[in-house]
Amino acid sequence: MTSIEGRDISKSFGGVQALHKASFSAEPGEVHALVGENGAGKSTMIKILSGLFRADAGEIHVQGHEVVLEDPQAALRLSIGTIFQELTLLPYMTVAENLLMGREPRNLGLIDRKATISAAWKLLREHGIPGIEPLELVANLSLGQRQIVEIVKVISRNPQVLFMDEPTSALAEREVEWLFGIIRKLRTQGTCIVFTSHRWNEIKGIADRITIFRNGENVGTYEATDLNEQDAVERMTGRKLNMLYTEPSPLTEQTPMLQVHNLAGTGLQEVSLTANRGEVLGIGGLAGQGQRELFLTLFGVNHLKSGTIEVEGKQVRISNPRDAINKGMALIPEDRKTEGLLLPLPVRQNLTLPILRQVSRNGFIQRLEETSLIRTMIDRLSILTPSDDQPVGTLSGGNQQKVLIGRWLLTKARILLLYDVTRGVDVATKYEIYELIRRLSEEGHTILFYSTDTEEMAHVCHRVLVMREGRIIDEITGPHIAPEAIVAAAIHVIAQVNVEVPR
Amino acid sequence: MSTTETKTDTELAAHTSAEARFQYYVAQNVPLLLSIGILIAMVMIYLILFVLTQHHLPGNFEFSTTLNNTMTVGLAAIGQTLVVLTGGIDLSVGGIVDVTNSLAAQMMHDSPGSMLEITLLVLLVGAGAGFINGILVAYGRLQPIIVTIATLAIWQGVALLILPQQGGFIPTGFTNLLAGNIRVLGNLPSSLIIFILLILLWQVLRRTRFLVTLYAIGNDERAARANGAPVMLAKVGAYTVGGIFSGLAGLYLAAVATSGDATSGTPLTLTSIAAVVLGGVSLFGGRGSAIGSLMGAAILTLILSVLFFAGVNPQLQEFFQGLFLILAVIASTLVRPLLQSGR
Repeated sequence: MTSIEGRDISKSFGGVQALHKASFSAEPGEVHALVGENGAGKSTMIKILSGLFRADAGEIHVQGHEVVLEDPQAALRLSIGTIFQELTLLPYMTVAENLLMGREPRNLGLIDRKATISAAWKLLREHGIPGIEPLELVANLSLGQRQIVEIVKVISRNPQVLFMDEPTSALAEREVEWLFGIIRKLRTQGTCIVFTSHRWNEIKGIADRITIFRNGENVGTYEATDLNEQDAVERMTGRKLNMLYTEPSPLTEQTPMLQVHNLAGTGLQEVSLTANRGEVLGIGGLAGQGQRELFLTLFGVNHLKSGTIEVEGKQVRISNPRDAINKGMALIPEDRKTEGLLLPLPVRQNLTLPILRQVSRNGFIQRLEETSLIRTMIDRLSILTPSDDQPVGTLSGGNQQKVLIGRWLLTKARILLLYDVTRGVDVATKYEIYELIRRLSEEGHTILFYSTDTEEMAHVCHRVLVMREGRIIDEITGPHIAPEAIVAAAIHVIAQVNVEVPR
Repeated sequence: MSTTETKTDTELAAHTSAEARFQYYVAQNVPLLLSIGILIAMVMIYLILFVLTQHHLPGNFEFSTTLNNTMTVGLAAIGQTLVVLTGGIDLSVGGIVDVTNSLAAQMMHDSPGSMLEITLLVLLVGAGAGFINGILVAYGRLQPIIVTIATLAIWQGVALLILPQQGGFIPTGFTNLLAGNIRVLGNLPSSLIIFILLILLWQVLRRTRFLVTLYAIGNDERAARANGAPVMLAKVGAYTVGGIFSGLAGLYLAAVATSGDATSGTPLTLTSIAAVVLGGVSLFGGRGSAIGSLMGAAILTLILSVLFFAGVNPQLQEFFQGLFLILAVIASTLVRPLLQSGR
């Protein structure tokens, strides 16, 4: 008997058909990966099967019975737990309140706060998470910690059906291992687990079956052992894809573009580095070792305590992002939705927001001039959009990311700080972004690159600096950086590995 | 096994200890603590000015008058807080106060039965008015600001129908009960007892699922829904209970004034919002406490007395009131980072 099944589900938003008579079912005791490009309908299917959206047409069956899921409450009552891609934590409430939302221990009908805190503490312990304080506000947690709290919250309800929409996108490798440990345990207990991911090695590592979605339809369910990455990607995209990493073009000159000496600040100690013109410099290491702080400090968001920053050999003072922008820097953050783009506004306004002064005369925007700049950028980055006036929120994740990069290229930024830009981006777009990075580097842009995906970092960068506890502890130079070398340096188990791995 | 368990128990105890909880409470309630700080500062200024001009310390009369005035704003501000916590706003507070104030002054007789009857009626009217707001906002999916601007006008009109001319009658017994003195532990003003009861009531409310849901909605409505919280019901509840508090404010206003006025409640829309903001409740929702709003109400009341004793031209009173509000808000934004850097 299937645990959960959606039959011929259709759903459209406005004029866009997100799902067209798509069916999906999963069994108890299996780990079922739901894969496809961004916009293929995976998240919509999960939201419908979790009661967050109502389907326009189709049936939902839970444990063999047809049901109507009016709201998420109804799904919870049927023991369907969901970790949504957009987390459902409440930022200004404590970890404990979030973990036990709706099932707080009570005393005489009133919530018992002390018991709530100890229950939360025990839950975190049971799931092997010692580092998170139940009394902390969720707003003070890192993205990875929030994801962990969300996972614990949902899993601790012991759902029979567990949906996880990109649960690993914010997790570092250690944490992914932790999650997989939990998934394996739940599988043996007979839980039906459905997850989405854009990382093939994860899918391969844990899934029993794989269902592929394309353009709102189910194009097939396969045993995980019967499918390789190339085939999967072809079915996802409907076309043959060049999946080879493009090697960074060799640097022809060594002209220092950005130099940092003995930088200290929040979470940073004695950081010195030099990035050359046209270089893609990786800032690696385990998650949360100061990479984010380094990017934020360089961009003037975080305050710098001591140390100097030089751009093109000239010492500069960066005390806020505006200074950084004036010196030709741009920060492209992990959370493009909240930290960069104005989703309801059109591509046009998102692209020209920082350069309005340039395209205006006497306070009026010169439409023609603006349009020609936008057109050039859309062509240059091959941004897929029906028109300049398309709201950015309706574009695919990869194209949103390109709009953000385009915005900064328009400001004539020469130093790009790319912080985990491929997070939650589908395969096809990922390769486009790699290609874009290579082209930007060839054009002479200097790029600082951080990613939670070590393999990606190894292939994209000319050189990788490894950070640990706020310091740069190692440098791995190419050509041919081995991902293993980065990991090894990051966890500090060895002093040397053979950096040049033949391939 | 037993040793690890003991270890876990002690660790757990350390995490749930009153001390640990207090530290987090302080760090997470800086705006509330700031409002208490501002209130203490206001009390000091008031005392100094009072002694300088009157050459004696303020007595029971001043104390109870100040508290009585605070209570009217405070009750309205608690109602406002409930709505603001959901990320909404209730501009109809003043209108509901007008109606309930007029009703009480028009209908109440000098008998315990009538007093009880009218009190219940007023609560019912307040609840009904809030309920209508709530239904329109939650199920009608209308903007709170538009809904409550409209109902504000409607209730103002209704109030004038009930009590066309200032007047009416509030029995002395009723006034004494709510705004007089109660002979417990000496001679305490009843408003002080009510003030303390309201703080206790909030502590109880804060531990209900209803209130937790309101906070959740204000934090992130979509996430609250995904958590299975009854978002719609809770919103209707917030406006309804908010309406009850507005009704209580109207009743209290009538008791203090010993008569009714169909327009005297209108300014409470804005003062209740000012009190909420001074009390550190976020207008974006999800953060703050009604205790802060009560502090805010007391601060606003004290400003008036301070201006009076400072000899400020009464015509410039509102000018200085506004000036003070801006200064208070600036001061708290400046002080906040200092307090929060401790953690």
